[in-house]
Amino acid sequence: MQSVITGRAYVLGDNIDTDQIIPAEYLSFNPAIPEERKFFGMYANSGVPPKQAGLPNGNVKFVRDNEYKSDYQIIIGGKNFGCGSSREHAPLALAEAGIKCVIAEFYARIFFRNSVNGGYVVPLECKDRLVGEIRTDDELEVHLDDGYLLNKTTGKRHDLRPLGDVLPIIEAGGIFQYARNAGMLK
Amino acid sequence: MDVDVLMTHDICGPGTIGVFHEKFGKDAKVWDPDRVVIIPDHYIFTKEEICHRNIQILRDFVKEQGLKYYYDPEFVTNTPGMPNPYKDPTKTNYKGVCHKALPEEGHVRPGEILLGTDSHTCTAGAFGQFATGIGNTDAGFVLGTGKLWLKVPPTMKFLFHGQIPPYLTAKDLILAVIGEIGVDGATYRSMYFAGEGISSLTLEDRMTLTNMAIEAGGKNGVCDVDEKTLQYVRARSNRPNWEVFKDQPGTQYSYEHEWDLSTMEPMVAKPHSPDNKDTAYNCRDVVVDRAYIGSCTGGKITDMIFAANILKGNKVKVKTFVVPGSTEVHADMKNLNLRGVPKDSNEKSIEDILIDAGCLVGPSGCSACLGGPADTFGRLQATETCISTTNRNFPGRMGSKNAAVYLASPLTVAASALTGKITDPRDYISAPIETGMAGVL
Repeated sequence: MQSVITGRAYVLGDNIDTDQIIPAEYLSFNPAIPEERKFFGMYANSGVPPKQAGLPNGNVKFVRDNEYKSDYQIIIGGKNFGCGSSREHAPLALAEAGIKCVIAEFYARIFFRNSVNGGYVVPLECKDRLVGEIRTDDELEVHLDDGYLLNKTTGKRHDLRPLGDVLPIIEAGGIFQYARNAGMLK
Repeated sequence: MDVDVLMTHDICGPGTIGVFHEKFGKDAKVWDPDRVVIIPDHYIFTKEEICHRNIQILRDFVKEQGLKYYYDPEFVTNTPGMPNPYKDPTKTNYKGVCHKALPEEGHVRPGEILLGTDSHTCTAGAFGQFATGIGNTDAGFVLGTGKLWLKVPPTMKFLFHGQIPPYLTAKDLILAVIGEIGVDGATYRSMYFAGEGISSLTLEDRMTLTNMAIEAGGKNGVCDVDEKTLQYVRARSNRPNWEVFKDQPGTQYSYEHEWDLSTMEPMVAKPHSPDNKDTAYNCRDVVVDRAYIGSCTGGKITDMIFAANILKGNKVKVKTFVVPGSTEVHADMKNLNLRGVPKDSNEKSIEDILIDAGCLVGPSGCSACLGGPADTFGRLQATETCISTTNRNFPGRMGSKNAAVYLASPLTVAASALTGKITDPRDYISAPIETGMAGVL
């Protein structure tokens, strides 16, 4: 795991559900096939209503038309990020689009678990609400070891919550490597 | 934890199988071929070839692993175009929605641990077991090991007093619960539904409660095991033994809330969140463009009987789509009368009554509950308002991002279909609706 993640922020609101992150019509792509997997990047966050896409102004495309990668590397979310369907395609789609970490107030548990166990994105929690504080396009620097986020655009620093029990799984890169390290899998 | 049963379907199965092969090797074998259940249900009735390809991936895996429990839509073939639906629901291996098929086919028992690659796997908690949804990676891990790390969650207790009145169903109860605690109110927690009010529900209606635990963020939902549960499981289970766990005196709950069923009202969840609660009566001026009766939440035989009792002898004012939750439900719709008992030759079936009222009846499956491919039956395609017995009304959930979805009970959806406005079903109900042994045996 990188100790510092840098990138541009894409800001979303509360209760971003996995149907918004990857609409159901794209779930027929098989993530186990590389030529199909890249489409999850293309359609990541395509279900977010335009007014709520890239706050505070909205109407910001997460991935430009006909591209597979986003111009953004870090997502800022509000409460209950990733609620709804258990589709692992959601954190996978964010990772395919080039997202390294999500920073939200708290997560729906299946999204959190999928993010960690599949080794897709680091699901970080902020101590204070960052929606409204951070703007889409702000340049961010996430210091994982020291537990804070620096907004280089505003110069403000925000504290993150410790990753706790899941840190060793994130450091291992997912549940399989973690189980191998722990001697549970050969 | 040792996992008793792992379930997957056509949209998460191919990815899960990919993880399994990548991590355990091309020649790896699943931990127990009798404990893996594969139920294709999501994208069946579509002409998209990639969806048919996904069914073939499941078939190949079933063959490779010698899996015992697989419910094939045999009418999905290599021929391009929309598959022809089954003609007779009793003469197909295909089942339909996994959460309805799991108990029907004997994969659900008290005291067991069921994991599935679908968030509504929590439905099976109605049978007194721990059931929750997982992702492809976790499922791939379970396929190879039969195990998964799980934390024991704190439990929230929802106590219901009184008997279910004829104008309410479990859908009204769960919408009230979610409206009370919010879509994140049970995050990381277990939701325990208890009291004589829950005992008074049919087993199928209890499934509606536990089904929507995930809509409050719950890890699982669970009901007490009673004679109704045992009767069902004894008749269906494909294994003879199970263990019943009971609520212990002195148990600490992280939250408790009580309701009196006699004071509750028919509820709706307004767009675009399952916790955006209101009463059906308060929404009486909302004009709807269509109605939808289906899904694991609201496509069971009791839901169909509830709807048919409102629609009988009337005509719907808006397009009304009906999707049986399983082929067994569809068969029951053809065989049972309004009281949920086998019909006489001169009586109308549930399906006859719904069709006579102007409903469009589609084949069993997940269908438009989650939008799906553009040619999905009942999918919302434009700026329209739908009242639905399904579980989620997120933006775009049933197809179009410009559509608005109101969630409600089958009684409220049927009453609203008749008037073209959201309608409190009390206007149409004069006596209790009998469901007989429908959905029980």
